[in-house]
Amino acid sequence: MSEDTTLLSLRGLRKTFDTQEALNGLDLDVIRGEFLTLLGPSGCGKTTTLRIIAGLEMPTEGQVFLEGKDITLLPPEKREVNTVFQNYALFPHMNVAANIGYGLRMRKVPKADVLKRVDEMLRLVQLEGYGKRMPSQLSGGQRQRVAIARSAVLSPKLLLLDEPLGALDLQLRRQMQSELKKMQQQLGITFIYITHDQEEALNMSDRIALMRDGRFVQLDTPHNLYERPATAFAATFIGETNILDCTVVGISGEEVLLDMSGIAIPATTEDWVVPGQTLCLCIRAERLHYAKKSPEGFFLRGTFKGSHYAGSERTAEIELNTGHTLFSRQRTEQEETVLPGETVCLWWDRKTAGLVIDDREETT
Amino acid sequence: MKTDGSAGGRTYLAALPMSLWAFLFVGISLLYVIGLSLLSRGEGFGAQLPVTLDNYMRLGDRLYLRSLWLSLRLAATTALMSLLFGYPLAYFISRARPRARTWLMILLIAPFWTNALIRIYGWKILFYANGPINSVLRSLGLIEKPLKLLYTDFSVLVGMVYAMFPFFVLPVYSSLERMDWTMAEASRDLGATPLKTFFTITVPMTLPGIMAGLVLTFIPSIGLFFISDLLGGANTMLWGNLVQNELLKSHDMPFAATLSVVLLALTGVIILLYKRVGGKADDIVF
Amino acid sequence: MKKNSFWSSLYIAVIILALYLPIMVVVVLSFNGNTGRTAAMNFTGFSFYWYKGLFDPISGFGTQMLTSLEVAFWSVMISACLGTLGAVGMLRQKMRKAASERAVMKMTGIGEQLAMLPIMIPELILGIALMALFSLLKLPFGKMTLIFAHITFCTPYILITVKSRLSTLEPTLQEAARDLGASPAKAFATVTLPLAAPAILSGSLLAFAMSMDDFVISFFVNGAQTTTLPLKVYSSVKVGVTPQVNALCTVMLGAAFLVVAVGQLISALAEKRRADTTKKVQA
Repeated sequence: MSEDTTLLSLRGLRKTFDTQEALNGLDLDVIRGEFLTLLGPSGCGKTTTLRIIAGLEMPTEGQVFLEGKDITLLPPEKREVNTVFQNYALFPHMNVAANIGYGLRMRKVPKADVLKRVDEMLRLVQLEGYGKRMPSQLSGGQRQRVAIARSAVLSPKLLLLDEPLGALDLQLRRQMQSELKKMQQQLGITFIYITHDQEEALNMSDRIALMRDGRFVQLDTPHNLYERPATAFAATFIGETNILDCTVVGISGEEVLLDMSGIAIPATTEDWVVPGQTLCLCIRAERLHYAKKSPEGFFLRGTFKGSHYAGSERTAEIELNTGHTLFSRQRTEQEETVLPGETVCLWWDRKTAGLVIDDREETT
Repeated sequence: MKTDGSAGGRTYLAALPMSLWAFLFVGISLLYVIGLSLLSRGEGFGAQLPVTLDNYMRLGDRLYLRSLWLSLRLAATTALMSLLFGYPLAYFISRARPRARTWLMILLIAPFWTNALIRIYGWKILFYANGPINSVLRSLGLIEKPLKLLYTDFSVLVGMVYAMFPFFVLPVYSSLERMDWTMAEASRDLGATPLKTFFTITVPMTLPGIMAGLVLTFIPSIGLFFISDLLGGANTMLWGNLVQNELLKSHDMPFAATLSVVLLALTGVIILLYKRVGGKADDIVF
Repeated sequence: MKKNSFWSSLYIAVIILALYLPIMVVVVLSFNGNTGRTAAMNFTGFSFYWYKGLFDPISGFGTQMLTSLEVAFWSVMISACLGTLGAVGMLRQKMRKAASERAVMKMTGIGEQLAMLPIMIPELILGIALMALFSLLKLPFGKMTLIFAHITFCTPYILITVKSRLSTLEPTLQEAARDLGASPAKAFATVTLPLAAPAILSGSLLAFAMSMDDFVISFFVNGAQTTTLPLKVYSSVKVGVTPQVNALCTVMLGAAFLVVAVGQLISALAEKRRADTTKKVQA
């Protein structure tokens, strides 16, 4: 990646709290103008990474570069990076305008300019006329916008957002997701966004860095992350996925033959696959089909155990004779009536089933 | 360049002036008192070597043992009387309407913002042979000769309970306020009488407050000397009065220090016991 | 239920009455027109007689009042600084520290425990300990020793109130200030301090009341020439009941109630201001 497209680089970032490893050697390049999401379960090190970038935490090892300059040792107030905190951290003793103008005042911007830019910002976040309100008089969504305005008014090179929608209810969350995305494009600021919500990440991001136990599991576009997960963890964390533990029996050209507890399953091979290897075949629940009638080509047989209705979709639970349970999600308008205990056939398009290494058991 | 650029920074240094102050004026001064108690009496207010346990030997004297016993007994009586009168008060206030509760608590605390001496002095006036209490009783025809109230054990006890009262009521009240009253309702629902509910639910739930209250009334009571001074006259020699006498009349600094060390040790033992039965230190700082 | 509430109300009323009885006696008798030997006991008529002599240069209490005020003022000022900084410094920190820093933190931790001791142990002990220390250090007993002693027992009141206020604040507020470009000192001045101000004020008022009231500790560390009001009250009251003391006590009671009222007013105003819609823009 060339120098002028890379805004921020993390090199070999490690962080230990007492004896606990929070970060395990992170490398990351953030491209100017992108919306990058750090996604992962709680405790995976997302927030620690963000705090190190903001300067609120010191890495035990490694460096942080902003536009090629090493800023690892710079205190937070000297970095052109701003943060939107999880709980917003609005100053309760200052009104909205004073909150937004805080950073400008710290930079000794003339009073008149401060007022002007605060007004502009209020307009941008659609809070005109709210300048004199106190944070306690705002709704959750409004506070969230003030928090963004307070950071964005400083035109930072990089805006860090730590689960900013975490405290909002589902409907408002959805609305704010698109608003945030719009705001990012309007401001032209690079965003690093933290969430543990996969849907949010897929919706908003240009790229997603999936984290686990202080490491990046996969860094990719939302599309690739969903369609081509790199590991079993990536496959299970995003979307509902069936993971089939298999052993590689043989490879011939594009095709690989797998063995799952005595059942032979054909699949498309990858260049890292070698005979005798144990790996996982993952099939998205919505890409696994079932019917009472047997289809053409390869299929598995199983017993229909029951299903969960969820409006437009229904998830069926089917048990193979090996004892494995698979889930198939189908649109309700196309469904065929199957009773529990009946035998069904299961099949999938080979292109949609991927081979991944098994990293599910790993823990630190 | 210092590697610590985080927001936490070195704010812990802000506590340094206070810590140094406390080390000098609390830590060292208390250690010095302990040291003094091991020395012999010098000239004037002074002390001199050699190191000796003589001061502690003197404590075996009947006079001191008796005073210690009287002080402890008075402190215990004070704490128990505070419990007897204070618990119902805290209980009733906590059951009042919220608005009334606030006002009652202000009414309860307000007198204690005023000088303790003045309030004790008020009791002294009340207790005089020709004071208001005797006058009222006499005009009601209940007594013929004035009762001797002042300079008795009774007057000292009244003064002590009066001075210590809020220190019992406050912690008990706050534990009653924190209590989940639905538990008492559940107990009634399960068939317990109000009285049974009170003793099986309310009292055990507020036990931390009661313990804190007892400690808060007991500890200061052992060392108070001005109440017995004003209301007890010359015949009540409490531990506090002994210390005061040794220092200001006998000018025996080492022995006064010894008496204080005993008081300090008693305080320490009580706090340890309190923690042993599960009390929290935070509950007994006010 | 009705009957219960009657008896409990009666109980509350009787206890509260008993709490105010000695105060009322002092106040009423201070206006006694009886100027004879039984003036302290028998109320014969209303008069300001006993108030007139309060500030008499010889028999009055003017000097003692000034001493008390002076001692309380300096003690509160200094202990407010020590206690507030102490509370800020005691905030729990997530940061990993070097061994030397941990040692300092450990020391300040012990310091905090020591600073709290004065309100946990009997006052008598602190009084004697300070008296012994001051004579060891050869400090002349007087205003300075009084102030030093009062600072020692005032600091914990401020430490407690400020610390409990700070513990309710989001720790991210200071971080947010730093993130927005404030230096540590600026972040303290613009965020931490204003938010802790009501607590500092109410802690200071409490400390002021404690300092004005203190008798036991002052008893041991005062000088022959420096007498505070409570010490004067003690020496007057010990020998017997002197009517003029009633007037003095009434003045002191009035002042104490005034301090409480002002304190309540300030915190009520602070509450109101916080909730106020039309607050001036600070920009």
